[in-house]
Amino acid sequence: MAYTIAEKILLAHTDKKDIRPGEFIEADVDVALGNDITAPIAIEEFKKAGFKKVFDNKKIVLVPDHFAPAKDSRSANQCKILADFAKEQNIMNYFEVGCMGIEHVLLPELGLVLPGDLVIGADSHTCTYGALGAYSTGIGSTDLARAYADGKCWLKVPASIKFIYKGKLDKWVGGKDLILFTIGKIGVDGALYKVMEFSGPVIRKLGMDDRFAMSNMAIEAGGRAGLIEPDEITKKYMAQFKRKPKYYTSDHDARYEKIYEWDVTGLEPQVACPHLPSNVKPVSQLKDIKLDQVVIGSCTNGRISDLRIAARILKGRKIKSGLKLIVIPATQKIYLECVKEGLAEIFVKAGGVFETPSCGPCLGGHMGILTDAETALATTNRNFIGRMGSPKSFVYLSNPAVAAASAITGRITHPEKA
Amino acid sequence: MILKGKVHKFGDDVNTDDIIAAKYLVSTDAKELGKHCMESISPDFSGKVAAGDIIVAGKNFGCGSSREHAPLAIKGCGVSAVLAKSFAAIFFRNAINIGLPFLETSDVEKIKEGDLLEIDLSGGIIKNLSQNSVYKTQSFPGFLQEIVEKGGLMKWVAAKKER
Repeated sequence: MAYTIAEKILLAHTDKKDIRPGEFIEADVDVALGNDITAPIAIEEFKKAGFKKVFDNKKIVLVPDHFAPAKDSRSANQCKILADFAKEQNIMNYFEVGCMGIEHVLLPELGLVLPGDLVIGADSHTCTYGALGAYSTGIGSTDLARAYADGKCWLKVPASIKFIYKGKLDKWVGGKDLILFTIGKIGVDGALYKVMEFSGPVIRKLGMDDRFAMSNMAIEAGGRAGLIEPDEITKKYMAQFKRKPKYYTSDHDARYEKIYEWDVTGLEPQVACPHLPSNVKPVSQLKDIKLDQVVIGSCTNGRISDLRIAARILKGRKIKSGLKLIVIPATQKIYLECVKEGLAEIFVKAGGVFETPSCGPCLGGHMGILTDAETALATTNRNFIGRMGSPKSFVYLSNPAVAAASAITGRITHPEKA
Repeated sequence: MILKGKVHKFGDDVNTDDIIAAKYLVSTDAKELGKHCMESISPDFSGKVAAGDIIVAGKNFGCGSSREHAPLAIKGCGVSAVLAKSFAAIFFRNAINIGLPFLETSDVEKIKEGDLLEIDLSGGIIKNLSQNSVYKTQSFPGFLQEIVEKGGLMKWVAAKKER
């Protein structure tokens, strides 16, 4: 039998001898992730169903990152539910403020997700770890409660779509642009209930941070997972951790429902316009979009290489008067790196704020919410109506270089033109 | 189970931020969440929806976040079922897991705002009483039907453990 990487990982987590797309399976999970918004419901459901002890305290990860550091007392209560449950169940992988970071950046940083793992997370951007060659997918709180009970998750085996990227990327173009371009081509349901497999010579040259940004947004096309076959770059990344990964690749004759092939030579930085991530245009077509706020951060683009690119553009410059620039390193480790490398100073001297790790404004939580008629450009992943605050506000999505350049000019701008 | 209610129509790609905005995710209570259901795209929705009413939408309903608060909010404001052309994957499984009745149908364009529908869930039959017409849909595959019949995922898991 010929299988895709996704099918191989799923098969390895069942007691079956063969699996086919469309089939329902009960899979054993390696990591069950929850945050301060989704885990409280999971914990409540787990207890309500009469369960007393989690199936394996080492496979559960709890990260209060959405409304943490707590934005109000009700958020504080939700964070406390996680802390109390971690203590009661002896869950080691609970990350209090101070150790906490944005979950999808924190887990790979700590080596908590390995290539070949089956990861479920009560957060839609759990698909991020597909960049490592793990089958990683977003589920709901009740799914999480069930995994707490017996370590299993029901899944319908998705068919796979292969995306092949050829050519050479321009200087200011990276993983974020490739995924925005892709979503723009296929739409927000273009991969509905499918696995997206990103491949081709362009992907083979992408660094891990760009790969994470791509896999992160598979869900914005409706994808269940966004997988990249592990290669030397993956292996080099994993060499820093002790645990042994399992590297799976797709068979050459594996079945794909569809194959897209694009030459991305000359591709411009891409921008998603309000109010869908699929409403994508090249940056040169957006000349007169005046901005009130720029946000650089999130589980898509809050990694060190993202912040280095932004700092390179902002170094010695001032942001447009009246504009708010919000920079959020995704984890404490990245925060410290920014301080040590002088990036934090560049952001502050340019007139921006350098905030503590949190999902913050990405989902309209806190630390930079928009009011009526305000427009933001963000390196985040969603621009739905009201996503960052008021239902009458506007959110554009881009890579960190475009975001930094636009903070200087006050309008959506190509990095070469700031 | 037979459900009967008035139709509230929505378009394509209704996302979970539309269904329940993030600022309300400091509660896990369905009734409280229900007060803000659809607020961003239909500010008076929770005021005009009556118990038993039915949401009818286009493709990709419930796309976006994994928040189970979305199907909870829909349940909490009294909506008895959701019909759509297609559902986003996480919303689909959340609805199965918490027992929010929903059906996929390609006939959503024929259904109008305010129509009175009668839905036979187990048979997958939708009667439009206002237009005197009938639409057929597929019922869930066996595995999902089992979870639905047990009253949701946790009850299904608990029952499995006892066996």
